[in-house]
Amino acid sequence: MSMIEIVREEMRKCDAKTLRSVRLNIGQMAAIVPDSLSFCFEVITKGTEMEGARLMMDVIPLKGYCNTCESEFEIKDYVFACPSCGDTNIKTISGQDLAIVEIEVD
Amino acid sequence: MKVSVVRNILEANDRIAQQNRDLFTEHGLLVINLMSSPGAGKTSLLEKTIDALKDDVDIGIIEGDIQSSQDAERIAKKGVPAVQINTGGACHLDGNMIRDTFEEFDFEKMDLLIVENVGNLVCPAEFKVGEDFKAMILSVTEGDDKPSKYPLMFRESKVLLINKIDLLPYIDCSLDRIREDSLKINPELRIFQVSCKTGEGLEEWYEWLRERVKNREVIL
Ligand SMILES: Nc1nc2c(ncn2[C@@H]2O[C@H](COP(=O)(O)OP(=O)(O)O)[C@@H](O)[C@H]2O)c(=O)[nH]1
Ligand SMILES: [Mg+2]
Ligand SMILES: [Zn+2]
Repeated sequence: MSMIEIVREEMRKCDAKTLRSVRLNIGQMAAIVPDSLSFCFEVITKGTEMEGARLMMDVIPLKGYCNTCESEFEIKDYVFACPSCGDTNIKTISGQDLAIVEIEVD
Repeated sequence: MKVSVVRNILEANDRIAQQNRDLFTEHGLLVINLMSSPGAGKTSLLEKTIDALKDDVDIGIIEGDIQSSQDAERIAKKGVPAVQINTGGACHLDGNMIRDTFEEFDFEKMDLLIVENVGNLVCPAEFKVGEDFKAMILSVTEGDDKPSKYPLMFRESKVLLINKIDLLPYIDCSLDRIREDSLKINPELRIFQVSCKTGEGLEEWYEWLRERVKNREVIL
């Protein structure tokens, strides 16, 4: 699991012995269910320097940017169109995140 | 002590997928990542597509499954190179698994590589394998509420094949609703309505795919 590898690498960088918590950004549209991620994490880290660490997950709302009228908006009900001008030429600026933001270590 | 990290969990896979992608481009290979729930008709679509295209397109197939090599055997019967990947439990293919199959293929002799992903409407959408684009199948027996339940896959796919339309008379499933909801999620989505049983609608898919193969990026 790539998350474990990143945490391990970051712990090594700062010479940490134990992991207290990991803060994650999980996009509203990411293919990750927070509950099952917590469970996986618990199973995988058993008996390692990460055992017992808490996973804190912030769900990041789905937001879009309209390339036509340059407005920013929340994408509701997965309708990928600009609420101001109706154009579908938009890009997703958040809500597909799957990132580690911060770790707390000793 | 708190340490700020800010790293994408999928960064390692994205990197390998990009390396795969570069290699495919070098060989002028069009690569499709084919996804659906189990039983929607991925292998059936591949069998049909191979029959229709193999006289003028050189095709190779990677079959992803949690266990068993039945699908690769079905494809091998069609006389095209097929490699089975068993993920041993993982619910999706990743860049590494695809890279591990490379020595089994002769990319110089191929135009098109289709990767049949593990049957799952969720996780495969997150993991690139080095494809030009993702294609997904939704069979009408799965119901017309699926686009709004699995938006990521519909958003990430370039093509949606609505399969098993021969069964429409027997079930309550609105093609209009599938089309409308998936186009809201992805206005650019190219939709084909097909039956791998009767062959209905497949001609249009073959033509579209032939065009893609013809126009694939070739770097010499
Ligand atoms: N009625 C009908 N059955 C189909 C169609 N396409 C596939 N099937 C059947 O659906 C089942 C699963 O198909 P398969 O290609 O193995 O699905 P996969 O798991 O996505 O690879 C098989 O029994 C197929 O014969 C179709 O268009 N109509
Ligand atoms: Mg199959
Ligand atoms: Zn706009």
